[in-house]
Amino acid sequence: MLIKGKVWKYGDDINTDVLFPGKYTYTVTDSKEMAKIALEDLDPEFAANVQKGDVIVGGANFGCGSSREQAASCLLYAGVGAVVAKTFARIFFRNCINFGLPALTSAEAVDALEHGESIEIDTEKGEIRCKAGVFSFPPLPEEVVGIFDAGGLIPYTKKQLGIE
Amino acid sequence: MGKTFTEKVLGRKAGKDVVPGEIIEVEPDVAMSHDNTAAISKTFYNIGVDKVYNPEMHVIILDHCTPAANEKFAQNHKVIREFVKKQGIPNFYDIEVGICHQVMHEKGHVWPGALIVGSDSHTTSYGAFGAFSAGIGRSEMAVIMARGKIWLRVPETIRIWVEGEFPEGISSKDLMLKIAGEIGADGALYKAIEFCGPTIDRMSVASRFVLTNMAVEIGAKAGYMIPNAETLAYLRERVKTPFEIVESDPDAIYEAEYKFDVSDLEPMIAKPHTVDNVVPVSVVKGTKIDQVFFGSCTNARVEDFEVVSNVLRGKKVHPEVRMLVFPASAEVYLEVLKRGWITDLVEAGCVIMNPGCGPCMGNHEGVPANGEVTLATSNRNFRGRLGNKESFVYLVSPMTAAVSALTGRIEDFRDLNL
Repeated sequence: MLIKGKVWKYGDDINTDVLFPGKYTYTVTDSKEMAKIALEDLDPEFAANVQKGDVIVGGANFGCGSSREQAASCLLYAGVGAVVAKTFARIFFRNCINFGLPALTSAEAVDALEHGESIEIDTEKGEIRCKAGVFSFPPLPEEVVGIFDAGGLIPYTKKQLGIE
Repeated sequence: MGKTFTEKVLGRKAGKDVVPGEIIEVEPDVAMSHDNTAAISKTFYNIGVDKVYNPEMHVIILDHCTPAANEKFAQNHKVIREFVKKQGIPNFYDIEVGICHQVMHEKGHVWPGALIVGSDSHTTSYGAFGAFSAGIGRSEMAVIMARGKIWLRVPETIRIWVEGEFPEGISSKDLMLKIAGEIGADGALYKAIEFCGPTIDRMSVASRFVLTNMAVEIGAKAGYMIPNAETLAYLRERVKTPFEIVESDPDAIYEAEYKFDVSDLEPMIAKPHTVDNVVPVSVVKGTKIDQVFFGSCTNARVEDFEVVSNVLRGKKVHPEVRMLVFPASAEVYLEVLKRGWITDLVEAGCVIMNPGCGPCMGNHEGVPANGEVTLATSNRNFRGRLGNKESFVYLVSPMTAAVSALTGRIEDFRDLNL
């Protein structure tokens, strides 16, 4: 998969409440509406200006806090192509895999990337290409790569259960 | 080579020896979900399966917005009630029972050595009872409903050793905030934590729970303690499933070890907007507050009510402070009612709310106005957490919450003549 877009860069400990506020978790369920409130409490400019293929870049512990998977899915619905961070909080990382949203770990790339610059990610080659050069990221463990490749946990489970 | 508690429980479930880093597929003993069960049920049906794989495995508890704040929340609850009925899920607790993490152990759904998952991050709580428990996403819960299984990575284990006697008035919440401040919000990322040492062994069930409940706030996948005598006595009254206590081997490998001595621990506070932004209360003493949120799965049990009612009895909450009180469950509510503490709190000017999560995730029942400061006994102070990103949340112990309610400013209880 080739992902091309611009970088939206934020800091450490970006939590699920600023990605997708708790007050919406039971009331906003339509994907278009979810896209509109992505990052609402972090960056009011984001939802209105994000383009398909853009990449969110964060520091350590990205996605900490709640288990709410809308913190991952709202990014996907907003058109985000990937999230690159120094480290990911555990449940957020699982949720990304389960929605087929690439969550890539590279501390070097995070340090090098600047807000607004162009970025290209090749998930097959495991490469992040940007102004500062080419950075690699570790592949997903082979036990879960199938979930990602199927497009997420639900399509993967359907396949496992032989449901079309 | 010895095994950790986590390696033993996950290995038994996987039917083989496991090592940290390994990914396994397992069938949980218990799977907990709450108000998010409506969304889970929708995803479940989207998979294309009609019947829940094992209805007995699931425990569904309504607490996150109870009673429903508006028609959307009401619709959400209705979908869940219909789903539970249709699927014949026996363990369902409607809005009158309490906060999911409290109800889980009150009603006997937690036991030593069990593997428990929950579509809520604070599922780490049940480690206080010797279970391995971890939070998962909604889609994962839907898949467990469909096929009964989930993949888990076997985590490395960090050991947190605690010794010393708590000074009078200092609690496990102060300890947990101290730990969060020192280790950091990602200090235990992906790891299992074992809390151990003489202080942990002596703690009450409620106090121990605070630590495993907030283990996720430092990134942990699970928190664990060897059940002590008080915990086992508590469980024996409630758990019907036969269980065996699982403990780490003496020569188990830990990735890191931390040591804390609580003998000279001060009252601690987490400032906005991260849980690890921790200082001694004395540093922010005098900060004006507008609201106190005494509630949540972290600190709203009987012993917390004892502390708060002892402070407020015969006194008045400051006229410019709104003090909201949410018992963790109906069981807690009844007990503190019998002991007369609800009377004390109402006479002091508190507002007694229903058992449930209250404003903890910003849905209702105490959303602050712009610029307002809330002192909370809960576990998260992220920007916007209580429903307004222009407000400020400080996390404290019930003691600090109560004394500050009296003066309308953040107080170090040791400075007051109580």
